[in-house]
Amino acid sequence: MAEIVLLPKGEIGITVEAEAIRPDLMAGKSKAEIEGVLVWQGPSALPLKDFFDVDVRGAGSAEETTIVIEGDVPRVKHIGQGMKAGRIDIRGSAGMHVGAEMAGGSIIVEKDAGSWAGMEMKGGLLQIKGNAGDHVGSAYRGSWRGMTGGQIQVDGSARSQVGGGLVGGLIVVSGNVENFCGVRQSGGLIVVKGNAVRGVGAEMGGGNIAVLGRIRQFAPGFVEAGREENPKVGEFPLEGRFVKYSGDYAISKNPKGLLYAREV
Amino acid sequence: MAATIIKNGYVFDPLNEINGEIKDIFIKDGKVVASLSGAEARDAAVIDAAGKTVMPGGVDSHSHVAGAKVNAGRLMRPEDHYKSVRQKTDITHSGSGYTVPSVYKQGYDYAAMGYTTVFEAAMPPLEARHTHEEMRSTPILDMGAYMVFGNNWFIMRYLKDGDVEKAAAYVAWMMRTHKAYGIKCVNPAGVENWGWAKNVHSLDEPNIHFEISPREVIRGLAEVNELLGLPMSLHLHTNNLGHPGNWEITRESLQIISGMDPKNKTEVEWAETKENARRKQCVYLAHAQFSSFGGTSWRDFGSGVKGLVDYVNGADHVVIDNGAVPFGPATAMTGDGPAIHDLYMLSGQKWSNCDVELECGSGVIPLVYMKSSPISAVQWAMGLELLLLVKDPWKTIMTTDHPNGGVFTQYPQVITWLMSKKARDDTAKECHKWAYDRSSLGGVDRELSLYEIAILTRANSARTIGMAYRKGHLGVGADGDVTVYDLDPTRLNVNDPATLMQKFARPDFTVKDGQIVARQGQIVATPVGRRYYCRPYLDEALEKEMLVDVKNWFKYYTLGFSNYPVPEKYLTNPVPIQVNKPLEAVVRR
Repeated sequence: MAEIVLLPKGEIGITVEAEAIRPDLMAGKSKAEIEGVLVWQGPSALPLKDFFDVDVRGAGSAEETTIVIEGDVPRVKHIGQGMKAGRIDIRGSAGMHVGAEMAGGSIIVEKDAGSWAGMEMKGGLLQIKGNAGDHVGSAYRGSWRGMTGGQIQVDGSARSQVGGGLVGGLIVVSGNVENFCGVRQSGGLIVVKGNAVRGVGAEMGGGNIAVLGRIRQFAPGFVEAGREENPKVGEFPLEGRFVKYSGDYAISKNPKGLLYAREV
Repeated sequence: MAATIIKNGYVFDPLNEINGEIKDIFIKDGKVVASLSGAEARDAAVIDAAGKTVMPGGVDSHSHVAGAKVNAGRLMRPEDHYKSVRQKTDITHSGSGYTVPSVYKQGYDYAAMGYTTVFEAAMPPLEARHTHEEMRSTPILDMGAYMVFGNNWFIMRYLKDGDVEKAAAYVAWMMRTHKAYGIKCVNPAGVENWGWAKNVHSLDEPNIHFEISPREVIRGLAEVNELLGLPMSLHLHTNNLGHPGNWEITRESLQIISGMDPKNKTEVEWAETKENARRKQCVYLAHAQFSSFGGTSWRDFGSGVKGLVDYVNGADHVVIDNGAVPFGPATAMTGDGPAIHDLYMLSGQKWSNCDVELECGSGVIPLVYMKSSPISAVQWAMGLELLLLVKDPWKTIMTTDHPNGGVFTQYPQVITWLMSKKARDDTAKECHKWAYDRSSLGGVDRELSLYEIAILTRANSARTIGMAYRKGHLGVGADGDVTVYDLDPTRLNVNDPATLMQKFARPDFTVKDGQIVARQGQIVATPVGRRYYCRPYLDEALEKEMLVDVKNWFKYYTLGFSNYPVPEKYLTNPVPIQVNKPLEAVVRR
């Protein structure tokens, strides 16, 4: 087993773009090599040691390597972007794009994460123990294919456009979401245990969404397709009585999307 | 400016009938010369091209690289940009975009690939200013733009009245006013109907209000073109583009123009060539792949290339570019608004559409051509069939109709398929089976030579658009635009497609006007390119009459008449080409 410990040195001004913080890229590297890894800050490429004290304990393959970030790094973006294996523990808050495009391994964020967490994720596990920003597991702006696989778990709340363009995989938000959760979704499953504001499943053509709390403003293009008790959505069991809607008929004549809303 | 010598390369210069001879190329003051004096040779920059392939700089005669619809493509596709970025260097700008790159990136990417001249294929008159602004910001390349006339109210009115001369006077004035290079005709008479959510579907169907048929527009604009004596012929984007079975209307459209004589009345100095460098065609068919669909629906869809090619092989007034489909992401953008709507109905993608007042229309939609898709697979095969089945390479030009069929940076891939049967077979194996089942490509053994590739990518593209007086060859007096590929023609192995493709993608040197601009893909100099446009003239009295009509209908425009023209200050290094007899009075006005 190997542990790479990154201790934040202090306040960061212009945000740092640190897609180089990836266990599969750092595995097997020495302390000096990791200190010299370049990250972007504005127009400059700077060594990681300008922002972190680095400590390396043990050695191992990517799968056996854990990167531990000891503290809050809300101004460090793209942590673990594209990672294929290994583990990242962020013992604080993470900046935007944490785990974007990750294909394997796991990332645990102890506090909050910025927007675009798990954007276009392909596999692996991303757990955010605090709150997340907008666009969790969604497609990049302009794109129509979001997360395709893996799992995102937000223990707190998330903001707008959770799972935008979702193609596959699972997103579970324990708290609330805001607007347009599952917009343009074509596959996969989103479970919101709290409430949603409006536009849930707008333009969805496939996949499943379950909202266990209340939806304040329902999207107009959904049609009731039955009522179920303790339904199982994919592999995910829900407890209680749900109204099942299909949609979004506003966009497609024959949509395959299903939205489960708790019966009141 | 110092001289440049490109020494000992295998030279492929089809307009001078040079087929792989070992030869030195001398360039002085930006132009090819027969020899250099002893002193000049001593000071010259020398490129050792021994064992390498030397061709004239690449000429792209049909690409969408500047103007309102290209920019609409950029704006509506942020996802096209964030993974395709170019870092700035000491001499180059940063840039981004894969299918619709930013202007800087376009210039650098073309130059790094050995191309030095690129023509924008569709400039609506009202968007001429925007088009020139983008071309002004495009580094290195020499450029020009074809103006869209096929659904122009004035043209349709004059041609309906049978007044070809007034239509010609209007075109002449418009080209001078907006600094256009050639006449483009997109879905003639059909785009006008699109304003009423309709289209035209046959050559003799009159459109709404103007009651003019596509046949009349095509015939009329071709006559206007030869009456004025423009350097390039009418550039035609046919009706029913993208519809199964459209190869027949395409053939009929080409037939309309048979029997016409090409007349080039430009006043330019012609560099030396062995072959006649003047165009022979009266119609240049754009992106023929999209216009040679077979079948009657998407179910029985297949290649209709054979029917079209049979006609082209027997005709001597036609040149086509293929509009290849090399797979992957693309952005369809065209003046053919209804065609984009058809694509939207098929894909449900985000799209944009625009009506350009009295002139034309346009639309943009993102696309992905997938090997697993039966339609895409057939389109891939058709793009290659067109270039392999037309016997005379001087009737064909290689394009991807960038970014409609594919991206210009995929040209090396297309060249590789044309040169290697193995490369085609390898790709066909990865494709939906329709690729070979519904085309004749699988049975085509032809592999194009380097000489033929030079025809398809520079010599003929330059000749077809009337630029061979200075581009597309290395005769004395030609522009010193040269590409040196790290390919030894005596040891060419077309059964190694990956290497072939890589060599075409990253030439050892791209030389522009005698200056090395790119070396193995790295941009090393960023000179400012030229902007070509035509200044045709017709009878002055006729022009006055015509302008009365134009001013009369200008009330339908959203801008004032005095704000309409694009002054020359919008062009860097403008090169006006005199066409027909200049009239001093007109020049003063």
